[in-house]
Amino acid sequence: MTKLSTEFVNITEWVTPNARVLDLGCGDGKLLKHLKETLNITGYGMEIDPVKNVKAIQAGLNVIQSNLNEADIREYFDKDSFDFIIMTQALQVVRRPDLLLEQMLSTGKECIITFPNFGHWRNRTQLFFGGKMPQNEYLPNTWYDTPNIHLCTFKDFEDLCESKQIKIVSKSVVNQQNKTTFGMKLAPNWFGEVALYRIKRHEQT
Amino acid sequence: MSSNSIGFVAPQRLKVSTPLDMMSGSVLPAYQLAYETYGELNEAKDNALLICHALSGNHHVAGFYEGDKNPGWWNEYIGPGKPIDTNDFFVVCSNNLGGCHGSSGPATVDPTTGKVYGPDFPIVTCKDWVASQNVLRQHLNIDCWAAVIGGSMGGMQVLQWSIDYPEKIKHAIVIAAAPKLSAQNIAFNEVARRAIMEDPDFHNGRFIEQHTIPKRGLALARMLGHLTYLSDDMMGEKFGRTLREGKLNYNYDVEFQVESYLRYQGEKFATKQNFDANTYLLMTKALDYFDPASEHDNDLAATLSTASAKFLVISFTTDWRFAPERSREIVKALLDNDADVSYAEITSQHGHDAFLLKNKHYEQVFSAYMARVKAGLSSELSGQNHD
Repeated sequence: MTKLSTEFVNITEWVTPNARVLDLGCGDGKLLKHLKETLNITGYGMEIDPVKNVKAIQAGLNVIQSNLNEADIREYFDKDSFDFIIMTQALQVVRRPDLLLEQMLSTGKECIITFPNFGHWRNRTQLFFGGKMPQNEYLPNTWYDTPNIHLCTFKDFEDLCESKQIKIVSKSVVNQQNKTTFGMKLAPNWFGEVALYRIKRHEQT
Repeated sequence: MSSNSIGFVAPQRLKVSTPLDMMSGSVLPAYQLAYETYGELNEAKDNALLICHALSGNHHVAGFYEGDKNPGWWNEYIGPGKPIDTNDFFVVCSNNLGGCHGSSGPATVDPTTGKVYGPDFPIVTCKDWVASQNVLRQHLNIDCWAAVIGGSMGGMQVLQWSIDYPEKIKHAIVIAAAPKLSAQNIAFNEVARRAIMEDPDFHNGRFIEQHTIPKRGLALARMLGHLTYLSDDMMGEKFGRTLREGKLNYNYDVEFQVESYLRYQGEKFATKQNFDANTYLLMTKALDYFDPASEHDNDLAATLSTASAKFLVISFTTDWRFAPERSREIVKALLDNDADVSYAEITSQHGHDAFLLKNKHYEQVFSAYMARVKAGLSSELSGQNHD
């Protein structure tokens, strides 16, 4: 098994043993399989891509082929069905991230979300000095042909959480090398490449 | 014959003298089941798979009969190296009771009267089929199926197995099925039945005694059924508005290719395939009656709450007979029970028929899941295992 990314390591630290987990956009099921093996979690993955779907089945996981833009996960699962709903690097590709968040927060007691930080200094300088949409190793696609239709910064995401009365339980950032540097701690919205948020509905506190 | 074919096969017969109490209240005092098996039952007797067939299918699932150039109906998926690998599994399929290919049915002789059953063969249901398949399981000394697999009406039998004999089925593979028929499904069946029953050659179901066959009715029923198996897209692509003679003739003969195709399908079914008209009626009735949740306040989740099998549910994007939404109903009910379930929605232009046809994603999903079924066999459990 290839080495687990720091992003996945951080997520693993947040998930509790024996939890019931739903992984939205689970891909080939690498994270879910890791959580199953290390924390004995149970649950499901959801993935739209047929090739990744097959890989997740091969990995011995329960995976439901589903399009998060079309299906409402509340049709599949009742309120608080899961201890954790995880969605890694998919928030920016769905049609209505805000509505999906609502579904997730209703179906899961806690949600773990990761996404690329558009406010990273490299993106800012590319836009500021180059006058063009950023294109780099982390955001490799052209603006006209990208799955990332809702890129946002940490601040944007936190503003959304505030307006939706979503409680941020904890947050973390990692960079391309999946390490946490001093700069990222000091000014995460400048230096953090990947944002990790652990959130839940406010009324639960 | 290709290297991954199972080669020549031959049907077997099981005579059962234990009466079968049927859902309708009728009792079948004795009956016969025609079946085929491929591959070898292992020492632990835990590598057996049951294949359940669809409306016009039968126990000849794979391989060839001596002298017949057409293989069994699911030959693409069963054989050495295929998704259902006969090197690993012992595959069993029986002709459904009420069928017309060797099992007791309307075209066979009622041992109590010495006459052909005809319309007097009792109405069978999915539950009855599963009960009779369970008798076959015992006869073959199989304690528990490694998996029960079926498409369409076969998928409904798989669901029934998981409900009626939860401890006898480890994996359930439900393909292009539904938890019950919709009003539209039933309506199509009713038109097909009317076509058969209104044929002057039907003779109230006693056509065998009259030495005739209600061919016109059967052909019409098949044409209608066949339509529901195809997608609009696929028909458009295959036939479009292509004319048979290249010009319009302004009469009621066959003008469009699609008409010609449908007539051919109907003809073939009614004459060459020798399908019994009473069997067609019985099978469509069994489909109509299938509704396991009706015994649990129409709560499918409650109905499946006792099922302990692990599930793979598969649907096809252009299938409108049993559309993906119908499969998702099953998935939803299983999720409500926290069951082990995977669901795949296969992109195909072939409508309901897709479950019988070659398709890369379908084969990959199927093979990936069958690898899990194999990993659960005792012979595979010597090493480490996560399933």
